[in-house]
Amino acid sequence: MIAAASAFAIGAILIAILLNLYRLIAGPDVTDRILALDTMVINAIGLIVLTGILFSTTMYFEAALLFAMVGFVSTVAFCKFLMRGNVIE
Amino acid sequence: MMTTLIEAVIAFFLMVGGGFMFVGSFGLAKLPDTMRRLHGPTKATTLGIGALLIASLLYFVVLNGAAGIHEVMITLFLFLTAPVSAVMIAKAHLFRSEAVQRALPEDDNGAGWATLAPPPDGIDHRPS
Repeated sequence: MIAAASAFAIGAILIAILLNLYRLIAGPDVTDRILALDTMVINAIGLIVLTGILFSTTMYFEAALLFAMVGFVSTVAFCKFLMRGNVIE
Repeated sequence: MMTTLIEAVIAFFLMVGGGFMFVGSFGLAKLPDTMRRLHGPTKATTLGIGALLIASLLYFVVLNGAAGIHEVMITLFLFLTAPVSAVMIAKAHLFRSEAVQRALPEDDNGAGWATLAPPPDGIDHRPS
């Protein structure tokens, strides 16, 4: 039952990442692209968590935590650069 | 041994998580402008990743007999950072969008409504 539900969730997240990729390429403004990248990072974290469940190992959670941190910092740095023309003033 | 009931609960959370992550990204791709596109990723995707992490937490509690701290840490971090990144993106959009800048009243410091003070190099970064 868990394997079937994991397969469903992996399929849903794969389609979601394709939709994010569409917005990343087609986004009319750069803020749309930043938003798409942020969403893509969260989808990648979901995929990593699902991999951990499928292989019954807790080894991948460090990777998920690192992805979360790097995604947040890069989003804030992009937005800061757009608003101020500089990241660290 | 994993009972059928707890397995069903884990499968339910996995399906809810996958479904909401899909709905969030679908909103991001479908909605017409940036401010409306912010709704999908900030609400639906956060709910989806929360449900997936609950499923993972239950699964490893049943498997190992002890709760891991990792899922709780990832959940806390994502739930704390999602609103902050949404606010940053919204402010960057306010700052860059010519139509929004024209619709807003004049501000005091000439930096637009998205920042408190003009940038240190003195260059006006607003679209002209």
